[in-house]
Amino acid sequence: MHKVLIVGEHDGKTLNPATAKCVTCAKAIADAEITIALLGADTAAVAAQAAALAGVKSVVRVDRAENVHALAATFAPQIAALAADYSHVFGPSTSFGKDLMPRTAALLGVPQISDLMAVEGAYRFRRPIYAGNAIVTVEADPSRKLVATVRVASFEAAGTGGSGSIDSKTLTVALPSHTRYIGARTGSTDRPDLQTAARVVSGGRALGSAENFKILFSFADKIGAAVGASRAAVDAGYAPNEMQVGQTGKIISPEMYIAIGISGAIQHLTGIKDARTIVAINKDGEAPIFEVADVGLVGDLFQIVPELEKMV
Amino acid sequence: MQKIMVCIKRVVDYNVRVRVKPDGSGVMLDGVKMSVNPFDEIALEEALRIKERVGNVEVLAVSIGVGDTQQQLRTALAMGADRAILVQTDAAVEPLTAAQTFLAVAKKENPDLIFLGKQAIDDDANQTGQMLAALWERPQATYASKVEINGGKVQVTREVDAGLETIEVDLPAVITVDLRLNEPRYVKLPDIMKAKKKTLDVTSLDALGIAAGQLIKTVKTDPPPQRQKGVMVKDVTELFDVLRKKGLI
Repeated sequence: MHKVLIVGEHDGKTLNPATAKCVTCAKAIADAEITIALLGADTAAVAAQAAALAGVKSVVRVDRAENVHALAATFAPQIAALAADYSHVFGPSTSFGKDLMPRTAALLGVPQISDLMAVEGAYRFRRPIYAGNAIVTVEADPSRKLVATVRVASFEAAGTGGSGSIDSKTLTVALPSHTRYIGARTGSTDRPDLQTAARVVSGGRALGSAENFKILFSFADKIGAAVGASRAAVDAGYAPNEMQVGQTGKIISPEMYIAIGISGAIQHLTGIKDARTIVAINKDGEAPIFEVADVGLVGDLFQIVPELEKMV
Repeated sequence: MQKIMVCIKRVVDYNVRVRVKPDGSGVMLDGVKMSVNPFDEIALEEALRIKERVGNVEVLAVSIGVGDTQQQLRTALAMGADRAILVQTDAAVEPLTAAQTFLAVAKKENPDLIFLGKQAIDDDANQTGQMLAALWERPQATYASKVEINGGKVQVTREVDAGLETIEVDLPAVITVDLRLNEPRYVKLPDIMKAKKKTLDVTSLDALGIAAGQLIKTVKTDPPPQRQKGVMVKDVTELFDVLRKKGLI
């Protein structure tokens, strides 16, 4: 049997869907017994959500005032202490997990495998390298604890209907005071979250201005989609960086991705190749985006998008 | 602030389209252009800007790799680093080993700040900075898009999934940098000449007491799965019909 500890990501109220995707990854390991660790100031609400995920045996809560903000320097020693009873420690490949898990691995003195995209055995996995231009199969040493991050775009979220146990734990771990949370600035939260939305409408440099992105927002709101942008559009100042999709932005796997005025640079395609259906609208019929699109339309986005919005 | 250490990795140039070897034993690297990892270039640029603002700061570039990594360290010296150290090895170096090696150098050099790129564009691991901070028992500020030094503290704005987050860390600290932090300077010819006279020390993993082990074995390398080419529609009405039939709209 393999005991897998998953580090849950949450904001104190809602469990991030990335956690449910880590559960699906862990379930692909034969004989996995899955525990979700939740660190926070008060994790009662998110613990109930975690315990309801199908396949989760137990949830461990570590509530402590210092855990109110997810600082890697504070969380890592606590996760390392919890890890003693487990063979595998997984976290999501989100900015939360990517920050925290390597620090945890180093405290445990073990290596990490980043971005698991497929499970071939308890210690054998596939992961992308070179921005997804190659996929390696890697094997870890079974005599060591394995720390890994899970590429969330590669896994469906685990369903609900589970009834895991919930326990609270007090850890006598000294926490450092050298790292302090100051604040955060987040984008609008009215629209679906880009990372987890089922539908995403994304704009490129052809939009021409931040003002013109309103066409996309209007259409996205009509179909309940999140809005993304290519790196070219972000670099041109048309959209903030948290909207960026691609190798240097977010890697997403929506049901439908509509690329509007995006040529389809390799680094952008890296971020969308797990989308179920890719729709491309571009005035250049030779744009590389059409090579990967399931449905393509050559034409002027400034006419097509408002027209399409009217039809919906 | 007296010394800033910048960790640099030699990687396949970001313009090279990487291809997998037909026998699955790895990717084709023969004759391919090698460069400083782009994120590490941003890390070095930030260190140089701090030096230019604060003055009297030594910027030390450190790398681990094959003998030819001297080329990338010379580039770092030409950009403006004062001194370089190459920990020379032909072995494949995993992030944990890299972190242990940089720690050994840091213990000798005692930098106030260590900058690294958030990840290298070859293995995309995104681990070394965090591991180094843990082993050094110092703070980490990853994915930095703004760095403000204030006495013995640094405020770092970080690019996170939800937007931007600001944290404050005490020095010494490890900072890993993201794309938007700065735009690295171009190297000018006179700087390349000047860089030839700067000190580049070569040492080894052995000399630092590091054993290079392969804890994660790569069994095989495959090309990524390709998407099937789809259909082209002629107008908006047809696009709408296709999407409606698929139940997407």
